[in-house]
Amino acid sequence: MFDDFFIRALVAGIGVAFVTGPLGCFVIWRRLSYFGDTLSHSALLGVTMAYSFEFNIAISVFIISSVIALILIQLQKKTNLPGDALLGLLAHSSLAVGLVVIGFLTFIRFDIMGLLFGDILAVTVNDIIIIWAGGALILLVLKLIWKPLFASTVNYELAEAEGLNPDRAKAIFTILMAAIIAISIKMVGLLLITGMLIIPAAMARNISDTPQKMVLFSIIGGLLSVIIGLFSSLEFNTASGPSIITASLVLFILSLLKIKQSIQLKN
Amino acid sequence: MTSNNKMLVKLKNAGYQQNDKWLVKGVSLEVEKGKIVTLIGPNGSGKSTTAKIALGIYKKIDGEVEKYTNKIGYVPQKVSIDWTLPLRVSDFMVLTENLKDDAIDEALSLTGVVHLKNKNLGNLSGGEFQRVLLARAISKKPDLLVLDEPVQGVDFTGEIALYELIKKISEELNCGILLISHDLHTVMSATDHVVCLNGHVCCSGSPSDVAKNNEYKALFGEQAAQTLSIYEHNHDHVHSHEGEIKKN
Repeated sequence: MFDDFFIRALVAGIGVAFVTGPLGCFVIWRRLSYFGDTLSHSALLGVTMAYSFEFNIAISVFIISSVIALILIQLQKKTNLPGDALLGLLAHSSLAVGLVVIGFLTFIRFDIMGLLFGDILAVTVNDIIIIWAGGALILLVLKLIWKPLFASTVNYELAEAEGLNPDRAKAIFTILMAAIIAISIKMVGLLLITGMLIIPAAMARNISDTPQKMVLFSIIGGLLSVIIGLFSSLEFNTASGPSIITASLVLFILSLLKIKQSIQLKN
Repeated sequence: MTSNNKMLVKLKNAGYQQNDKWLVKGVSLEVEKGKIVTLIGPNGSGKSTTAKIALGIYKKIDGEVEKYTNKIGYVPQKVSIDWTLPLRVSDFMVLTENLKDDAIDEALSLTGVVHLKNKNLGNLSGGEFQRVLLARAISKKPDLLVLDEPVQGVDFTGEIALYELIKKISEELNCGILLISHDLHTVMSATDHVVCLNGHVCCSGSPSDVAKNNEYKALFGEQAAQTLSIYEHNHDHVHSHEGEIKKN
């Protein structure tokens, strides 16, 4: 019925959605949208490194993104520049350096569009294994640090005072962010990964009144976006990343109707 | 001196500076089980800073802090909660500790807000939120309670009831309490030990000792003189360390 590549993309995308759901909620709660952007821009450098040294893309992206995250934390401590300026600096300079490096790699033919916007044709069985194994590991670690991470998201000082060690949870969460970007880059593309994190979670915020519900709806929203997005990608021959993100945008708009409804009910 | 196993937290000559400015300096105090220690002082005198030093929120400090317990309940002076988070009172209650439903109900009943259990935290009034904060801090049955202006925004009758509750909790749980309050009136009647701060420890001792201290009188100026006079007007006794009432 469907080609193998499409089934592979679907399995991979569903794996990604399970992980971006809960992580995306934290991205929204902790106001990390631009942080996610910065990490994903730096992913291009990771991809070029992978090609240069014939290394696995996911692992290479994970390493580069983690290093960029560490540099960011150091810069925040050592300079007086505001956080958003530092994020912009790292995002665009790592993107630029990545593109320059690609220019030097004349011996490899690059599908830049695929890198930026995702390419469902590119998903291999190996990628699926990395996505599901890596994704399971990310979710397991997230579950382990849930309490301190959530408590410090609500109020840092309460978490610190009552002995939950929020700094450690934050550092681990940063690494999880690098990891999800690494495993989802082929599907969604590096320019749109943050959208996959934010939009389903934003949609979920509109229709949830508890944190647990928001995580659940965020996962469901991500799954629907992947399924609808990939089918339309196949149907209309569009890039997989933009199709998935567009689907999630449609879901978000639908969730706004629900808000409008509940406001009308209140009045 | 008492043996160390009653000791909960001890500050030795502790201080903290931010941007080259000392917020507080040279504070020594100790909180033991079953004792209420109160910090008083004008705005900016370092009360909250001292509490945060004791709690370990500030790490790069001068001097020493020794903490003998990890079971701590904290009511911060300011809690800004981001409303991008959908959070009900019941979710907030289990923020740092897993509690059974009965324990949540019990704590919320004590502070009189059990009816708000399923309300969204963002929809509470200031006073209601304060009661929830206090309920959350006591629900985990801590060894040490640190209460930074715990009754701010609470109505007058509620304020008295909550201070009585705090006193009762310290007796029932035998926990130590580090209390910050600007309400000299209440402080003087419920506290075992008062530390008067003004960037440093300006005086400390039993409430009656501190009330008689000249530096204290100078520090609080006319308004405090009034408060003090009200205090003296209303009370003809002082409390000893054991809580007995002594006639003046």
